[in-house]
Amino acid sequence: MTKSRIDARFAALKAEGRAAFIPYVMAGDPDAATALAILKGLPDAGADLIEVGFPFSDPMAEGPPIQRAAQRALAKGMTLKGTLDLIRAFREGDQATPLILMGYLNPLVTWGFEAFARDAADAGVDGMIVVDCPPEEADPLADALEAHGMALIFLTTPTTDDKRLPTVIRRASGFVYYVSVAGVTGVKEADADAVAPHVERVRRASGLPVAVGFGIKTPERASAIAQVADAVVVGSALVDEVAEAVDLNEDVTRRVLSKVNSLAKAVRFARRGLTAV
Amino acid sequence: MNAPARPNDYTAYPDAKGRFGDYGGQYVPETLMPLVHELDAAYAAAKADPAFQAELAGYLTHYVGRPSPLYFASRLTEHFGGAKIYLKREELNHTGSHKINNCMGQILLAMRMGKTRIIAETGAGQHGVATATVCARFGLPCVVYMGAVDVERQKPNVFRMNLLGAEVRPVTSGSATLKDAMNEALRDWVTNVHDTYYLIGTAAGMHPYPEMVRDFQAVIGREVREQIVEAEGRLPDAVVACVGGGSNAIGLFHPFLNDEGVKLIGVEAAGEGMDTDRHAAAINGGRPGVLHGNMTYLLQDREGQITEAHSISAGLDYPGIGPEHSWLHDVGRATYLTATDAESLDAFMLLSRLEGILPAIESAHALARIGEIARDLGKDGVVVLNLSGRGDKDVNTVAAHLGRQI
Ligand SMILES: Cc1ncc(COP(=O)(O)O)c(C=O)c1O
Repeated sequence: MTKSRIDARFAALKAEGRAAFIPYVMAGDPDAATALAILKGLPDAGADLIEVGFPFSDPMAEGPPIQRAAQRALAKGMTLKGTLDLIRAFREGDQATPLILMGYLNPLVTWGFEAFARDAADAGVDGMIVVDCPPEEADPLADALEAHGMALIFLTTPTTDDKRLPTVIRRASGFVYYVSVAGVTGVKEADADAVAPHVERVRRASGLPVAVGFGIKTPERASAIAQVADAVVVGSALVDEVAEAVDLNEDVTRRVLSKVNSLAKAVRFARRGLTAV
Repeated sequence: MNAPARPNDYTAYPDAKGRFGDYGGQYVPETLMPLVHELDAAYAAAKADPAFQAELAGYLTHYVGRPSPLYFASRLTEHFGGAKIYLKREELNHTGSHKINNCMGQILLAMRMGKTRIIAETGAGQHGVATATVCARFGLPCVVYMGAVDVERQKPNVFRMNLLGAEVRPVTSGSATLKDAMNEALRDWVTNVHDTYYLIGTAAGMHPYPEMVRDFQAVIGREVREQIVEAEGRLPDAVVACVGGGSNAIGLFHPFLNDEGVKLIGVEAAGEGMDTDRHAAAINGGRPGVLHGNMTYLLQDREGQITEAHSISAGLDYPGIGPEHSWLHDVGRATYLTATDAESLDAFMLLSRLEGILPAIESAHALARIGEIARDLGKDGVVVLNLSGRGDKDVNTVAAHLGRQI
């Protein structure tokens, strides 16, 4: 179960010869019910894996879009427990799509790593990305997740040099995330040519698939990254769609899923030289 | 958590992983990890380099105005009728508080590392002013992040920073106060990794900041040790300081850590009272968690979301505390009391009238507890209180609470 869902999905995509598309959505944004509707619609809209953010009051690596998404979710009372409830509801209808939770350490400290790992695995979570938990501090959390078959997914960045890379991937499983820009989410733009050698370096060192994120907003950019990476992650551009739909009083779910659809197509056809329609 | 064992040598901390017992550490995004390692190595080298220490000592003497006096407050002592009360006059430093001790140390380190741009966070604006001051002195560009709420309530300090050539960036995210300013400074650092030095203003954050800021502030305690022995022929029975992030307190405490006969007393801001949720007392009203790169006591809700701190004093208005204090609390070496807004205002008035010294409203929190401490120690006792800053910056706040227009 759990982590093997991530491995199975990447193996299948490798056989298909294409990169994965991974949308990021914030649990509880703009509210719990809408977030669940979005989540349920993501696989059909083209999501191969899904990252679900759990909100934190002080997200130090996030740019304004995801900061505001977290504020909206917290204002609607979203919690880590509420996030697991969303995951559980999603899993009732989908046993195949890997789900990764992404957020900050303190809510996990509050829950207790061991108890949280048990409850998250039970809800159907496959892996965790914890932005403020670098490898030097990760052992207690990694032990707990591993005991329950979940992956701890580590971030590598433009500042992770060859000397440091072995430390970062020492306990990596599932896949490795390459943060394509030195910066917060949703501000700078990723450049496929600059990213390619880093992806190759991380892939070779870890033997794991490499997902690229932080700075991919358009289908064109997603397509370019999909030619060099094993997975493309888009977050800020999607939470911006939530914000705009709310502002314009539009159907949030439809608007987000339609954006997901265009990005997913761009990723799906990137290596066949086809353009997204 | 269980009370951990008391160590044989308190000064042996932090350990190699940047830990004080369970507290401290380096909980930062991967982009910053190579930078904090670089900073750690650069600081360790500077700390061991006599030339660096000599350069710093020179600036502390001729620019900051050290040593600051240790003053016997005879009328305050008489007023309470207990132990002899001495004031360590950090408010007489250039820029009016202890903050400059740390800024001078860190700016010399930043230049030694070849950094060309300085960023800082500030609450009351005292650390922002001290940072802007050293940046002006050494000709480095300076960006200060300040919560939009604090920009409004500390206008004179914003203008001082501008006069010194710094750019003040108001922060509107989150609760728009000090913790959010710190988030925004960290975001700037993540974005500008190659040229930027983050000059943190208190003994908190990720390793090596708690150690480094403590070391730069420990000049306070070292001077007190010498001065009190000269004045009284012995060590004091207690030393007392206010605690925001904890830099002036740890700077006072550290040279006394292994002198178990010297009581170490910190005073946290109780805001509108510890029976309300409007206070800033991380140890007395919080529990351990992770924020801004370290494990420490934090104000937080049941879900682990950080809650807003409240204090009349913008300099104490922070939901965390430095990790060394969390550890000293758990092992029982230091004691942390609290003082409310109202008690601190009374203490502000008292010191102004009795000794002709307007204390910073932060320092007034420590003063609010000094009467009880002095009486407990009795007439034979000796206590030293760190007067961390001067109160000129607070006259508007005090006037407003007195219902007076100025
Ligand atoms: C005069 C003064 N004292 C104390 C503090 C609190 O900081 P710390 O606890 O780091 O000494 C401040 C912070 O702005 C201050 O300005």
